[in-house]
Order: sequence, then C-alpha cells, then structure tokens
Amino acid sequence: MTTIDRRRALALGAGLALLTAAPVGILPAFAANDAAQVAKAFLDGKEPVKGKLAIELPEIAENGATVPLVVSVESPMSEASHVTEVLVLAEENPTSRVVRFAFTPSSGKAEVALRIRLSATQNVWVLAKTNTGEVYLEKKPVKVTIAGCG
Amino acid sequence: MAEKPRIRVPASVKKGEVFQVKALLKHPMESGNRKDESGKTLPRKIINKFVCKANDKVVFSADFNTSVSADPFLTFSLRLEETSKLELSWFDDDGSVISETVQVEVK
Repeated sequence: MTTIDRRRALALGAGLALLTAAPVGILPAFAANDAAQVAKAFLDGKEPVKGKLAIELPEIAENGATVPLVVSVESPMSEASHVTEVLVLAEENPTSRVVRFAFTPSSGKAEVALRIRLSATQNVWVLAKTNTGEVYLEKKPVKVTIAGCG
Repeated sequence: MAEKPRIRVPASVKKGEVFQVKALLKHPMESGNRKDESGKTLPRKIINKFVCKANDKVVFSADFNTSVSADPFLTFSLRLEETSKLELSWFDDDGSVISETVQVEVK
C-alpha cells in the first residue's frame, strides 16, 4: 500500500514538474539559460568555420566575479574582409549574453579583452561574424571555484 | 558621480599601425541578482554600452550585459589613417553617459 502511495506521489510530482516546465516550450531540461537558442539565431543556419577564432580563458577561475577573457579572430580587417561582430555567451549564467563587440575595418585587429563573471563551472561560447557572411563558433570550459553572479 | 575613466593610448602612432586602447571605468556593474542584508534585491545598474569614436565615426562598440565584471576593463585595437580625436563613451542604465576624449597623433 505504501509503495503505491509513493509511486502516485512521484507521478504527481513529475506531472507537476512537466506542467511548470510547459510554458517555456521545448527547452532542453538542463539548460540554465537560452544560450543554445541565441547561438542558433546568431549562426542563422550557417555552418561555423573552425580554427579562425581563439579564446583565452583560465582553465580554473578561482574567482568567478572577475575572469579574464581574450578573444581574437583571424582576419585581415580590411574593407573587403573584416569581422563585424563577436558575441560571448555563458551557458550556465543567469543570462546567456555576456557581451557583444562590434568591429570595423578601423579596428585593425579583431582582438578584445574584458573581465567577465561566471556563476558556475561551464562552457563559454564565443561566436563571430564577418562582413562576407562567414560565422565562427568556439567553446571553452572554465572551472569556477567561487561563483561570481550572486 | 562616477569616477573619471582611465584610458591608455599611445600619444602618437604610425599611419596604418595597429595599436591598443585600454579603457577602465570604476563602476559596480550591479547585476540585479544580488540581495542586501535584509534580503531585498539590489536593482540592476550596469554600463550597458560602450562606444569608441574616431573623429566622430564609430570605430568600435560593445554591448555589456550583467555578466561583465565590476569596473569594466576593456582592451581593443585600432588602426588610424589620420590624427584623430578619440571619444570613448560609457552608457549607464540610469541614462547618464560618461565620455572622455583623447588625441592620437598619426605620423
């Protein structure tokens, strides 16, 4: 008798969980935020070219409140061919978007450094776009010892 | 009142040379996720946009979100063809704008 009650209780619990999850649509169950959707919209159906984008991040970040990030994209940065946009996403942060950079040929070099917050051990995603329509995507895992978003 | 930003650029560069701009602004970048001792949520107050103009033309910009660390310290590159007045601006959630100009001589 007690086992059935337990099963019922569990079934009810699962049902409730589904109901509460329903309004957010078809989000994968474990995604903390909308990083995957934002990345998908950014790539716009194009296949990202590998090896053009480099991310520098510490393997282990002792303090998640200030994690040094360097992003560089290989590009001549000429009028004819240059990086226009770089988007940084953190898949486990309360909000996926960290920062978006907009470059011009006057940038000379598509390289930028900034300190960011990471709330947990996670992958940092960096996406880039060129004026010629190429897209890039790289991910880098960072172990976070002390969370930086609370 | 916000503190004056710190900007580091070379005083003079060669024409077409790529150089670095370092820009630091003291700002709490309050994310809106933190609570004070009484459990009240501290309202979000961040710099949400940074723009760098060279002779009034936008050459670099950044949209910051809440995951940018306090005291945002940005390093980026520029390549100039002529002596330029660089205007760096930080846009606060509260509507205020902090702007600073520096001159870079191109030889």
